[in-house]
Parts: sequence; C-alpha cells; structure tokens
Amino acid sequence: MIKAILIFNNHGKPRLSKFYEHYNEDTEQQIIRETFHLVSKRDENVCNFLEGGMLIGGSDYKLIYRHYATLYFVFCVDSSESELGILDLIQVFVETLDKCFENVCELDLIFHVDKVHNILAEMVMGGMVLETNMNEIITQVDAQNKMEKSEVTSVLA
Amino acid sequence: MPAVSKGDGMRGLAVFISDIRNCKSKEAEIKRINKELANIRSKFKGDKALDGYSKKKYVCKLLFIFLLGHDIDFGHMEAVNLLSSNKYTEKQIGYLFISVLVNSNSELIRLINNAIKNDLSSRNPTFMCLALHCIANVGSREMAEAFASEIPRILVAGDTMDSVKQSAALCLLRLYKTSPDLVLMGEWTSRVVHLLNDQHMGVVTAAISLITCLSQKNPDEFKTCVSLAVSRLSRIVSSASTDLQDYTYYFVPAPWLSCKLLRLLQCYPPPEDGAVKGRLVECLETILNKAQEPPKSKKVQHSNAKNAILFEAISLIIHYDSEPNLLVRACNQLGQFLQHRETNLRYLALESMCTLASSEFSHEAVKTHIETVINALKTERDVSVRQRAADLLYAMCDRSNAKQIVAEMLSYLETADYSIREEMVLKVAILAEKYAVDYSWYVDTILNLIRIAGDYVSEEVWYRVIQIVINRDDVQGYAAKTVFEALQAPACHENMVKVGGYILGEFGNLIAGDPRSSPLVQFNLLHSKFHLCSVPTRALLLSAYIKFINLFPETKATIQEVLRCDSQIRNSDVELQQRAVEYLKLSSIASTDVLATVLEEMPPFPERESSILAKLKKKKGPGAVSVTELEDSKREGGELNGGSDRGPDTAAMAASNASTPSPSADLLGIRSSAPVGAAPTSAGSLLVDVFSEAGPAAPSAAVNDDGFLSSAPPSEDPAPPLSEADELLNKFVCKNNGVLFENQLLQIGIKSEYRQNLGRMYLFYGNKTSVQFASFTTTVSCPGELQSHILFPQLNVQTKAVEPLVEGGAQIQQVLNIECLTDFSEAPLLNIKFRYGGALQNLTLKLPVTINKFFQPTEMASHDFFQRWKQLSQPAQEAQKIFKANHSMDTEVLKAKLLGLGTALLDDVDPNPENYVCAGVIQTKGQQVGCLLRLEPNAQAQMYRLTLRCSKDSVSRRLCELLAEQF
Repeated sequence: MIKAILIFNNHGKPRLSKFYEHYNEDTEQQIIRETFHLVSKRDENVCNFLEGGMLIGGSDYKLIYRHYATLYFVFCVDSSESELGILDLIQVFVETLDKCFENVCELDLIFHVDKVHNILAEMVMGGMVLETNMNEIITQVDAQNKMEKSEVTSVLA
Repeated sequence: MPAVSKGDGMRGLAVFISDIRNCKSKEAEIKRINKELANIRSKFKGDKALDGYSKKKYVCKLLFIFLLGHDIDFGHMEAVNLLSSNKYTEKQIGYLFISVLVNSNSELIRLINNAIKNDLSSRNPTFMCLALHCIANVGSREMAEAFASEIPRILVAGDTMDSVKQSAALCLLRLYKTSPDLVLMGEWTSRVVHLLNDQHMGVVTAAISLITCLSQKNPDEFKTCVSLAVSRLSRIVSSASTDLQDYTYYFVPAPWLSCKLLRLLQCYPPPEDGAVKGRLVECLETILNKAQEPPKSKKVQHSNAKNAILFEAISLIIHYDSEPNLLVRACNQLGQFLQHRETNLRYLALESMCTLASSEFSHEAVKTHIETVINALKTERDVSVRQRAADLLYAMCDRSNAKQIVAEMLSYLETADYSIREEMVLKVAILAEKYAVDYSWYVDTILNLIRIAGDYVSEEVWYRVIQIVINRDDVQGYAAKTVFEALQAPACHENMVKVGGYILGEFGNLIAGDPRSSPLVQFNLLHSKFHLCSVPTRALLLSAYIKFINLFPETKATIQEVLRCDSQIRNSDVELQQRAVEYLKLSSIASTDVLATVLEEMPPFPERESSILAKLKKKKGPGAVSVTELEDSKREGGELNGGSDRGPDTAAMAASNASTPSPSADLLGIRSSAPVGAAPTSAGSLLVDVFSEAGPAAPSAAVNDDGFLSSAPPSEDPAPPLSEADELLNKFVCKNNGVLFENQLLQIGIKSEYRQNLGRMYLFYGNKTSVQFASFTTTVSCPGELQSHILFPQLNVQTKAVEPLVEGGAQIQQVLNIECLTDFSEAPLLNIKFRYGGALQNLTLKLPVTINKFFQPTEMASHDFFQRWKQLSQPAQEAQKIFKANHSMDTEVLKAKLLGLGTALLDDVDPNPENYVCAGVIQTKGQQVGCLLRLEPNAQAQMYRLTLRCSKDSVSRRLCELLAEQF
C-alpha cells in the first residue's frame, strides 16, 4: 500500500502532499519535513530507496523517490509494493503530468494544484493503484476538461 | 494540445497565488493569507447567497491555503454544499476539499453521505467515480455502514463502466481495511475472483489489489484465484510486447500487473494441480530467461520494468522454496546483480539474497558471493546499500565462515555510520556467540567490540559475555588474562572496566600466580580507573574489591584503607556510601568462613534464549529475524550453558547475602539476593531499613495518615493523583532513591538509575499490615498531554504486571524501563489498586521521572561557559525565577542538590564565588538539549535568583519550575 505521496522542491517547499492514512495536520507537516531531510541529503546516483523516517512507520516502510530538476517525487510504501514497480509508477505520473501540462514545471504544480490532485486520483485511490496506463489516465482527464469547458462557456453565454 | 487548459481557471485564485508567491517574508505571507481568510469568511457569512462559481473559487482558495501548511477551520459546510451541485467543476472541488480536509469523525459525514448516495445512483460514470473516490479517501465507519453493501453490487454489475468498476474495487478494499466486519463478500466472492479474467486490464489492475487483500484474510474462500492468476500471468508473459498495446510499458508487457499477480501467488503454497504448477514454472523460467536476453531499449525504464517482474518472480521462487533448480538460477541471477552498475539493483539483490540465504537449497550458493558482499560493505557509497550488505553477511553466516564475517564486520564497525552501529554491535555479538567453537575467540571478539564501539555496546551485550564466562570453566582463566591485558590500555571504555571489574572479582585468582598480575597489581589497575567512572561502575568496582578481600586476604588492608577514605565512606551518592560502609564492616567483622560463603563464586546462570537476540528482534521489529534463525538460536544456544534474559545484576545470585535487595548494576550478588516477590518479615521493620537514606526526607514523605485510602471510591477508574503528588515528586528531583509514599497500609520505595535517554526504575511495594493484599495491580500511564500525541510519545514506559497477591509483611518489586523520546513536563502516573479486607484501595501517584534525570554532566572551563551562555541569548531560551529560600542555604547541602540534579557543578567559573553554575546535556532519543544553570543565593535576604538557559525553550521553563521548589 502507498501510505503517502509527497512532492517538494529542492528547498523543501511542499508542492503536493497526499496522505492515504489519516494524520493530523501537524504530523503531516512534520512528515514532509522529515522526509525532505532524509531525501535531500542523499547524493545523486545513490539508490532510490531508503528506509522510512521515524514518523511514517519506521523500518517497515520504504521511501521510494525520484529527483526531477527542481522537484522530488517521494512515495512512501509498505513492503507489499515492488520497489522498481513504484519507481515506474512515479515515472508514469510525471510523464502524465508532462502530457497534461505540456512541459510540466514547478509553476504548473503551484497554480493548478487541484488538477494535479485530479490526475493523481486517476492513478492512485485509497493508497492502491487504480490505473497504470498513461493513455487511459489522460482519456479520463480529457473528459473532465471537456465538461469543465462546457460549463465555463455556459456561464459566459 | 495540452490536456489541461491553463487559461480558463479561476482568475481570482491565480491572482491570490501570485500574491502569495510575491511575498518577501513569511510574515508577509501570513498577513496576506489572514486577509484572504477574513475576506472568505465574510463572504460565507454575508447575507447574499453565493453562486456556485464563487463558492467553488473560495473553497479552492481555502484548499490552497491548507496545502501551504495553514490550518483551516471553516468552509466545510460550503464544500458540502458544492457536492449537490449538478455542475462537474463545482462537485469536483467540493469532493477534493472533503477528501483532503475532512477526517473520518467529522459531524458532516451524514450530509456528505447523502450527496454520495445521490451520485452513486446517478448512473453518470464521472459522478459515480467522484463519489467512490470520496468514500475511499475518507473511509470512515459511517461510510462503511452506509455503502458496504452497495459497492460490491456496482463492482460486479454487467452494465457498470470499466472506470467505475476500477474505482469500486479499490473503494471496497478501503472499506474492507477499515471495517472488515461490514464488508461481507459471501455471494460476491466468485464473481470478484473472476474479475481476474476481465478484458480490461485496468479493471484487473484494480481488482487484484482487492483480491490479494481478501485472500490474505480468507485464503480458503479465495483459493480459486490461483489458477486464474497463473493463466493470466502466462498470457502476459508469453505475449509479444505489442499484444497489450497501452499496457506495454517501454517494451515490457503489463509490468505492474505481472508484479501484482506474482505477489498474489505469494499468498498461497505452490499449486497442487500439476497442470497449473507446470504452467507457472514455465512462466517463471521464461521470466528468468528474458533477463538474459539483450535489452529491447537502452532506457532505464525498460530495465526497471523488466527487473521489477524478475524480482517478484524470484520472491515467489523463494517463497515456494521447493524447486532447487529455480532457486539456484535465482541465486545466480542475483549474483549478477550484485555487481551491476545500477545501485538500485545492487540494493535489491542484497535484500533478496538475505531471504534466499535461509533456504537449505540455496544457502551454499549464496555463500559463494561472500567476497562480493564484503566488498560492498567496504566500498558502497550509499549507506542504505551498506546496511543491506551487513544484513546479508549476517544472514549467510554459518560455522564455516563465521570467523571471516565477524572479523570483517568488526573492521567495518570502526568506520560504520552512526545510525547502524548499535545494530552491527548486536549482530557481531550474536554471531560470535552462536558460532563460537572456542570460547577464547568469543571473549576476544566481545572485548574487541567494546574497544572499537564501546558506546554502542548495550548492557545486554556485556551482561552476556559475563554470563558465558561464568558458565564455562574452560574460558575463565583466559578471560581473566585478557581483560587484565585490555585494562592496561591508558584509556579504556567504561564498559571494559565493568567487564574487567566483574571478571577479575570472580576469577582474578586464576592469574594471580604470575607476579605481573599479582593481586595487588590487579587491584591497583582496577582502582586506577575508579575515579573516571560513573556511579554504577564505581558501585560495581566496590563489589569487586570486597570479592578481592575474600580471594586474596593479603589485599585486605589496602582495600579497607580505600573503603575507609572519605571519598567512599562519605560519598554524596547514597549507593556508593552504603556499599563502602557495608563492605568495610563486613570485611572487618565477618570470619573468613562467613566471608567465603557470602562472597562465594557466582553459580552458573540458568539457560535461556539470548537476551541480545531479543533486543535485535525488538530493534528490527517482528519478522526481521526469520523463524529459522530463532530455531537455530535455540538449538545452538543449547551448547552454551548460557543466558538469562535478566542481566547478571538481577539474576538469581549466590546463596549469600546481606540485607538489602539492590537493583543497581551490582553483579556480585552481594545484595540482590532477597528473592524478589517474597520477603516475609514482620511488618514495618524490613520496610523501613530497606532504604539507607531514611534521613530527614523519607519520614516526611511517610507522614500521610489521613486515611484517604479507605475513602477512595470503589470504582475501577484510576483515582485522580493525590493532592500531595507534586510535593512527593519534588522530593525526588535531586535524588533517585528513597521512599516515595507511605501510609498505614502500604509503603512504596524507589530505586532508579539513568543512562543517557534511558532509565530503569525499581518500585518496591511493601505490605505493612499482617493481612494479604488481593488483586494487587499497578498501571503506569502518561497523563493527558503525553497521551495526546500517539505518534510521538514523549516518554515510553514499559513494565510487566506484578503478582496479584502481596502477603502481609511482604514486599514485591516491579521494574520499569523508561525511554525519554523527547523533552516532557508531565510526570507519568502510577495507579495502584488492591483489595485490603474486602475494600478496594485505589491511589494514584506521580512517578518521579523528571526531565533532569536524563542529564549528562558537562565539564567546561569558565571561558567556554560564558561563550555558550552568550550563544543562548534568545529571550525564550532563558527562564528565571527569584524566590525565597525554603530549605537550608548551607553550601554543602546546595552542592549535593546540584550534583543530584545530574549536571556538572563547575568551580571557578562565576566571578562571584558565592554563586553556583552548572552545565549538562539532556539526552532524549530525538535530540540533545544543552543546559546551563546559574544559582545566585543571597544569604541576607534568604533569597535565590535562579537562571536557566537551554537550547530548547520548553526545557528552560520546565527545569526552572522544578528547581525553584528545591532550594
């Protein structure tokens, strides 16, 4: 199971946080800080897996992360998930974002946080993977955008 | 064209986000946010009904503010209203807000449930998916009650859209995890299992997570999934990479689903049906074969996906542990990965090999990689990988390679990362014991361990070496000789002194024949370390000295001289003082025969599982140590006479024995003799002199005969803390031992010792009456503030239940293990309940566990002190109090109190010699807090000024509060 999905930038500013288990807000913030601390001090080219921090389950959980330019994508998962599988999933997520936003950058995540949540919701639900096929995900997102557009036009009309 | 159109969002929101981003400081950001919050609040409260678009915009702003890390305490109602809008965008924002911000116990759940019900029956797939997502995100019991019967129907209905099926499967899984009793699969089971055959791969992907979870809980009902999973897997594995179109990821067909299918199969034993099994073995062989084929792409994604499947296949092969041919192939494949240039693969290969090492078919094959693994331990740049290498070395160790592996681990320890040292020490200690053929090697290894990583050698480890030496005659002489040599080093670790003191005290006679290690030489060597050691070690050494008097009568005069000197017999530490007094007396009045009986050699320890193994298991959590390993340890443990899970200090001791049961690190059995739990004597007399310091403090604590016990309500709830609980607590701030509480029925004594962030407290409950106490129970809890943070307790207190019967006049003992995780201000509560003549007694005390117990003294020069004092100059770091003296202002009394506090009392630092300054570091698990203290007495005014500066504000305040009551 995926316990949490976190995106933060190189300075530790959170850009997306999605927890699939309930924590209070303070704890969530602490988890983000701790995770950033653990991940950011690692060199490039070391392995993409490390044991979880104290706050989020300890050694039964792994942090699986990828670093893209200014952003870290971190998935916190339990031992039922395949590490390499999750790495691929992160890649699918980022490629999907890239297709939806056309050259996705940090600003897209800032200004369209609701959209990012929607895209993620098409992939992961309640901590389990719903869909891994990028085309399928994009089809769903497209359908939603069409509805959104038609509603906006009807307001303006 | 981008799928997300950036232009048509909400303008107001974009402006607000830009504003926030332009804020130059945190303060400006907070100001802007507060302004926005006020605006939204007034809009929501205003008379004018907001249209859907505005509501959506404001709710979205709130969401954004929340995601920035600010608290949101309103807007929930507006979000719920959006749910019933028939516009997708409004509904969607409403659901988003609720899944991010509403937790399962919100009062709004009923309203939300209504909206969800409408959407589920709307037959609009988008709305249905939104509703299902929301259920999965919130997952509360109320939602399970409302929808658990509805969702399976949606999942298997023939006319449900694929995307809705996917969501329904995971939604059901979520409800099953939170409320398994409400999700009844019964009639649905077979149709759910058959989703594995669904044409749409997305549906299979979602369904397999559900089926895996249900199979783990009800394997028999779901076992038909095995053959379906095998055939699905076989179709994927044998397909050409183009067959599965969109589910082909970088030329690998459906990697995610393949992994999940292989995981599902790991819930079951190998298939019994020969055909199914044959098909599966074929799949596994194909996967192993593909690993050897040239890659279809140079992209890392291609090899990742391919290897993800390969590792899952290997896990399944290891899980079955029945196909020697496949196991060896798996091992060879992992062997290749050990040298792969991808760090991820090296990491995973080490991890998988660890499980492979415990299989009898592949253990030998794993061992052939020993050189590569040792090399990984030495050269990997990544600590996560080195950790895995150490784990694997531990797993592959057996009698044939133990010496090599232990030697490598020892040499790695010298440079190992701090984070894994303690675990490495435990592992080395376990391996050395488990595979020791000759015990001189074992003793050498453990002493090396102390030399290299003394700070990380826990009590369990050095207790254990002592137990083994005591239980094995053949190694005692060697051990005595080796510790004697080790102690020659000018600087040796305190743990070495402990082991040395104990072993020479027991077996020094075995090497006394050599004039280079004559009794007096041995004694002088030990005593040369004495003054550098902590109190528990000194206590141990004193016991070693008295043992010397018995072993070597010629040392008697010298040792008596040492015991008699002021620094011993008048030591401010009561434990040391008592030992000095008692030992001196014992050595002068007891006859040689009596002395020889009292100080007899320790009897062998009873055989038990190694306490070190238990500690490692605890550290790694259950499952970290495999079952075979446990069985091994039982089998191998039999070869030693070894082991007790109590340290030598509390273990059953020689039939010797002076008066008082002491829990301190007393290895020599002089004192811990009274069989714990039964010491019937006449009421009172024993209890009173249990504690040597029945000085002025104890009796005052004992005065408490207001008969409150009988008036306690006969309820089962713990009574509130006694009114004088704080006062009792304050008496123990500067001391660790004494009588905590006494009334007409019961006396509670305490002995405690602390080391770094750990503490051990011994509670002695004495029945002062001549009547049995029945149903005697004690519970330790942390009060309100501590309990509220379930995830971050401040203190961790562990204890075992006491015997429920306390005979008249008897005393029972209870041990508490205390771990300080972070600084705290509330003391834990001790509740005691028992029946005395039919009436229920119920009282609650505060346990004297205060933050200062975790002090480590810090010596420093005047210059350093003032420099640090200046560094701690933020106003909140300082706490000050001016107060009237409540107790004697005598210099010696004050000094004793300040030392008892746990800090170092620094001389010649303050320009005014009347003032006292102290320094120390409070050790918690999470951090260390440096503390400086200055106490300025004014004898004329009978006043004090107390100033504390600590690196953490809360610690300054708490220490100041505590200390103001002490002087």
